[in-house]
Amino acid sequence: MTTFEPERYELLAGPAYNFPLDRRGFFKSLGGGIVVASFLAQADAQESGGGRRGGQSAPKEISAWLHIDRNGAVTAYTGKVEVGQNARTSLTQAVAEELGAPMSAIEMVMGDTERTPFDMGTFGSMTTPQMIPQLRKAAAAARKLLPEGDWKSIDFSKIDESLNGVTAGTMKPTAQWTVLGTSPKKVHGRDMVTGRHQYTSDIKVPGMLYGRILRAERFKAKLVSLDASAAKAMPGVTVVEDGNFAGVVAPTPAAASNALAALKAEWNAPPQTSSKTLYSDLRKTQGNGRGGTETGSVEKAMAEADKKLERTYTVAYIAHAPLEPRAAVASWSGDKLTVWTGTQRPFGVRSELAQSFHIPEENIRVIMPDTGSGYGGKHTGEAAIEAARLAKSAGKPVKLVWSREEEFTWAYFRPAGVIDVRGAVDKNGRLTAWEFHNYNSGTSAINTLYDVPNKKIEFHPVDAPLRSGSYRGLAGTANHFARECHMDELATLTGVEPLEFRMRNLKDDRFKAVLQAAANRFGWGKGSFGIAGGFEKGSYVATCAEVRVEPGRPPRVIRVVQAYECGAVVNPDQLRNQNEGAVIMGLGGALFESIRFDNGKILNPHFAQYRVPRFRDVPNIEIVLVDRKDLPPAGAGETPIMTLAPAIANAIYAATGERLRSMPLLPGAEVQSAPSGSFLTPAGRKRSGRRHGCQRGTHECARHNHPSVANCPC
Amino acid sequence: MEIDVNGVRHTVDAEPERTLLTLLRDELDLTGTKYGCGEGQCGACTVLIDGAPARSCQTRAGAMGGHKITTIEGLAQHDALTHEPILHPVQEAFLDAESMQCGYCTPGMIMSGVALLNKNLNPDDAAIMQAMQGNVCRCGTYPRIVAAVRRAAKYMPRVVA
Repeated sequence: MTTFEPERYELLAGPAYNFPLDRRGFFKSLGGGIVVASFLAQADAQESGGGRRGGQSAPKEISAWLHIDRNGAVTAYTGKVEVGQNARTSLTQAVAEELGAPMSAIEMVMGDTERTPFDMGTFGSMTTPQMIPQLRKAAAAARKLLPEGDWKSIDFSKIDESLNGVTAGTMKPTAQWTVLGTSPKKVHGRDMVTGRHQYTSDIKVPGMLYGRILRAERFKAKLVSLDASAAKAMPGVTVVEDGNFAGVVAPTPAAASNALAALKAEWNAPPQTSSKTLYSDLRKTQGNGRGGTETGSVEKAMAEADKKLERTYTVAYIAHAPLEPRAAVASWSGDKLTVWTGTQRPFGVRSELAQSFHIPEENIRVIMPDTGSGYGGKHTGEAAIEAARLAKSAGKPVKLVWSREEEFTWAYFRPAGVIDVRGAVDKNGRLTAWEFHNYNSGTSAINTLYDVPNKKIEFHPVDAPLRSGSYRGLAGTANHFARECHMDELATLTGVEPLEFRMRNLKDDRFKAVLQAAANRFGWGKGSFGIAGGFEKGSYVATCAEVRVEPGRPPRVIRVVQAYECGAVVNPDQLRNQNEGAVIMGLGGALFESIRFDNGKILNPHFAQYRVPRFRDVPNIEIVLVDRKDLPPAGAGETPIMTLAPAIANAIYAATGERLRSMPLLPGAEVQSAPSGSFLTPAGRKRSGRRHGCQRGTHECARHNHPSVANCPC
Repeated sequence: MEIDVNGVRHTVDAEPERTLLTLLRDELDLTGTKYGCGEGQCGACTVLIDGAPARSCQTRAGAMGGHKITTIEGLAQHDALTHEPILHPVQEAFLDAESMQCGYCTPGMIMSGVALLNKNLNPDDAAIMQAMQGNVCRCGTYPRIVAAVRRAAKYMPRVVA
């Protein structure tokens, strides 16, 4: 099989890690009780090739540790973070399972560079396959050090501290699970429904001021001149200028915004390309692609084929649009820096800060509060660096929260891509040739699991127009879109029914099982139906979709069944939740999400212009879990998003005879009408005809000072 | 000016350009109400004004005199004897149905759900989706939110004639 370097994007920089405290010192610092640490073999520590260590290699590394105090309170420490994927709860389950302790006795400390072991980051769906076993081994080892019997019967005041160990216990067999494999509620759920949970943007520290950053008019622009005199004259305002960086600090968010607006800047930017020419630009690749080794001879097989097809598929740039924009609170004490920020890579952000401020990593603490989602979009530390730079000049702690427009513009995007596919089949409907060229979008899930004797698969890196990075599933969505649409086209070409065509060309039993599970539950047959399946990051997924097509309206997805197999299921309800959420998020990229840009500007950096899925876009969704208790658990944050788009495209073909080969599938539907007024607009009242800004899809009448349009005469 | 938030009266500056959202978050430290877009497009900042839903990011603080504002922090009641918080039925239903992933949209979703049930105790799914169309959950927990609001409707206090 062709091998590729895994996708890395911004994950190149691995910090030269040095354990901050020696082990004995650390154990002591936790106070009484026992500590058990578990080591991770170096090979396992590498995130699917991400993060090279530049020659730094310790033979072993602590990956997690566990502390049990003299009251029986358990604290588990891991560098993984919670961004909505339920890691905090599933990791608590893992500890509870092996320790025999109730989940309520266990607190997870996550993603704090001073308190938790080094971790490359929370991405690649690695928390479940990597961190769950590590914590289970540590917990199993700790359990062996404690007296036997029920957790409640243990007298923790008498536990023997000399038992501290660095060891690994033996995990319970899956058949004996009583906590793993069940669906306990989210451990911090109550804080979320009461508004008590503190996200980064909610943190307030004594003396804290508020920052805003001066953004360039266009990408790649250089700051030519800055007149900050008006801003500097404002009370309590500090203006920070440092090369191309400029920002303001003020006592309130409103004062900071006013000061920012008072800055007069001149920028100079080179001419840049437009999304209108995106797909031809992406073909301007230099040199040879990666991979590209050939099995058999594609040329020969194509020439001899009974039937063959050559098609191009494209995917647009899309934005993560996490509902909590990037945010950071930075506080200096001398040359020591503490930063709270929502990031999937707290240790990576620590490295970025060390490089930016030329201070040792030991001087920096990055703390990651459970964050308002990431989807692969929060690997980098822009807000942390900006807040720290402002705080340095202001001499006080500074909070920086990006605006929605900043998040849509200055974060990075899921890469756009062009994918050329050639396929050939014999008269029995068996694949004889497969050639696949991916320009720019990436290598995740680029290989085909279908059985084909002659194949060539190649990735072509491109000097792309926009800053790109990880996104839930990386290129897995684009590559599955191209592959599963092309398989459908080949099925049509050969006159073989699409599910049967896939089965006929598959040897992988796990793949066949999810396809069959989805088809059975869906009631697969003739109709406005589409199917697609795939594999990535240890998990198999298959999706069936049904669309409704009515004259004069864009096709509407009305029903989705998705089957998912990721080994032994750790938390069934949350696995369903991840699948449902991925299907809904995937609807956006499949149907209407698309970043438009021109000459260094994003043209749709607002929710009013960049459509994301809302309540009424959601079809009926059913998730079928294929629980393989005989296999180790794999992650499920990403792979569930990968097969929705091709299933929809194939369903639209079945319904209309029209092949759509470009994501988003419904151009023209990218911009929604303003969110339904419903609760913004009182029932029976027309939205049009109101004046003075009352039509902005908002609640207040700015002109008349009325709190709500309901009371406004205009 | 004076402002009534969750039954507590606060005396605050009424800077003309200040929004209710920043007043709540930055001055009164009621950070359960979230910033999501500042443009009235995502619903993360939803609060109740006199029981009706409003986007606090689009509402001027200065216009709030004489109005009762309820935020996510003010939904739970407290037991008279134990002072333990008793969650609102919508909050309980969100926990029961696990209607969240990252939880950032949750306060706004709950406030929108409460506002709907304040005027309609028996909403069907279409009415729920209609009422909440302006709230974004980027994690995609919409079906669970609809289920939670439907479930909460059963537990809402009702006036018996």
